Amino acid sequence: MIQNFFRGGRRYWTLMALWVVLIVIGLFAYDRQWHLGLSVTGMSRDVSWGLYIAQFTFMVGVAASAVMVVLPFYLHDYKAFAKTVILGEFLAVSSVIVCMTFVFVDLGQPRRVMNVLLHPQFHSVMFWDFMSLFGYLLLNIVIGSMAIEAERKGTPPPHWVHPLIYLSIPWAVSIHTVTGFLYAGLASRPFWMSAILAPRFLASAFAAGPSLLIVLALGVRRWGGFDIGRQAIRTLGTIVTYAMAVNVFFVLLEVFTALYSGIPHDRQTLTYLYVGMDGRAALTPWMWAGDILAVVSLVGLLVPRIRHQERWLVPLCAGVFASLWIDKGLALVVAGFIPSPLEVVTQYAPTATEIAISVGVYAVGALVLTMLYKLVLNVREKTQLA
Amino acid sequence: MDETRRGFLKTLGLGALGAGAAIPILEVLRPGSGEALAQVTGAATAKSGARATGRQLAMVVDVEKCLRDDVRKACVEACDRAHNIPSIPDPKQVIEWTWSDPFGDVFADQINEHTAAAAKEAPVLLMCNHCTDPPCIQVCPTGATWKRAKDGIVMMDMHRCIGCRYCMAACPFGARSFNWRDPRPYVQHDADGKPLSDFPTRTKGVVEKCTFCAARVDVGGQPACVEAANQVPGGEGALVFGDINDPDSDVSRILGERMAMVRRVSLGTGPNVYYLVPDALPALAAGVEVEGEA
Repeated sequence: MIQNFFRGGRRYWTLMALWVVLIVIGLFAYDRQWHLGLSVTGMSRDVSWGLYIAQFTFMVGVAASAVMVVLPFYLHDYKAFAKTVILGEFLAVSSVIVCMTFVFVDLGQPRRVMNVLLHPQFHSVMFWDFMSLFGYLLLNIVIGSMAIEAERKGTPPPHWVHPLIYLSIPWAVSIHTVTGFLYAGLASRPFWMSAILAPRFLASAFAAGPSLLIVLALGVRRWGGFDIGRQAIRTLGTIVTYAMAVNVFFVLLEVFTALYSGIPHDRQTLTYLYVGMDGRAALTPWMWAGDILAVVSLVGLLVPRIRHQERWLVPLCAGVFASLWIDKGLALVVAGFIPSPLEVVTQYAPTATEIAISVGVYAVGALVLTMLYKLVLNVREKTQLA
Repeated sequence: MDETRRGFLKTLGLGALGAGAAIPILEVLRPGSGEALAQVTGAATAKSGARATGRQLAMVVDVEKCLRDDVRKACVEACDRAHNIPSIPDPKQVIEWTWSDPFGDVFADQINEHTAAAAKEAPVLLMCNHCTDPPCIQVCPTGATWKRAKDGIVMMDMHRCIGCRYCMAACPFGARSFNWRDPRPYVQHDADGKPLSDFPTRTKGVVEKCTFCAARVDVGGQPACVEAANQVPGGEGALVFGDINDPDSDVSRILGERMAMVRRVSLGTGPNVYYLVPDALPALAAGVEVEGEA
């Protein structure tokens, strides 16, 4: 089994080398943060969460989105996803690793991380988020490795895995719901305190995750010779379209309640995001770019004739992914802190160190994903030869 | 007809059962909320009415007396000295246990567009509110911040804090500071090179905040800021400290006599720092002028 990680051509090793280089750069940056503290980041007393927690939030969504292939395949016996499901599960595994690493690098006292288990606080949503993420990681490791083992032996997966697979479906929904609750339960931050936040997280996740999966699957087909099939790509495209439509709808619901009610606190953050406040508007260009990208991509996706052509599907998926990253991986977390409880607009921009660490964390995920996908390819190749 | 009625009663019964099951869960997630549900649904809980009625320390801030720069400065300096609070040059990374902000920002939801400009600018002394229902404690994943049972002080264990800063996101008052860097090089020292007080200096990566000087309170003392204000001529009684649940305490007596405000009362956290506002707005404005002359 293990040797499958090490059987690969030049392209595989080049890719792996790239991830290792990025990880090493990230480690150097983290070493700086380790010694100098989080002062090396752009965060502040007013904006006390930044790029790390935003990436964590965004990637929880990507992790949860595996359910979009697991559910049709296992619950509805949707055969077209037979080859996709393992790619989805392994994407979930690497995404959860990315999430947990982002939380870790955000800690001021990383050596004390085990305090969360040594002194568990059942009233803290963060405790439940740790639990649900860790559980989801275990579930996907077990389910994914049993699937690949079964594939290798040419037998169906053992029966005891089935309940775990069914459990993984609501569990996927739970990880992003609980992550939504991290924010939605805070009376101090009106921008986050919205009942639609968790559903909105899920909708954007089910658009962003499958978008990434489409691009990955097409990459694997092109360079790895492993084809999940036209029908699978098409269905994923449909899932992205519906989820994105629902997400845009949910965002508009937020905008409606904030603007129509006119309650200052709800309106203020939107004002900061879209036009700026007190002459400060660091996120404004991002917001408009993201929204235009979201609308254009959605319109393109809604037309079946465009969506069904792969040369259009890839840029449309990239557009969806980028717009949702701006929404969740950039704006949402930071904007919750603006204005501060004392009505101050303190802006935030990540530092070079912070960006290097973030890229490094993503590279860890990419490394794990590359290895897992290579494992899939090597096992497939062997069984096809046999 | 009967069928529908029975069905309705059944639904009602199930609803009550559901509420009964939900109450303990809600109690864990947010103490007090299960009790509220019990009141709404009529379901009984063992905890009903058993809300702690013990001591709750509170502060009464006389906004008018604290308009004077020397009074506020004495308070902040006494606090900084007592707790070895570092003076970090970067304004984005400052550590503040007590500080001042304009009245208009502090009470943003309690002023209006015709509030005198000078009143909006008037400085108000701020600190942790030691809330009755503190959201910071609710969110902390390690129990590094907790409410002291004997007197309601919201405490901070800087050895347990993992520095996740969830409490900073949850605090509606901006009362918490994070050690973005090692604070020790920025702590003031006396002539012998020792920190100004015995209070332990902190490490980087932990959150800290006002503790109502818990250690002084334990030996029957008053918070450093209260003592400092009383020593400034004209600042006597600018800050009054005591048990809000004791009807005979100074704080209870004052609140029984004068109109007081608390910050962001609509959020329901139950702040325990009360602000006595002057009877007339010009008093606030005059304070600013005095400050300008000084």
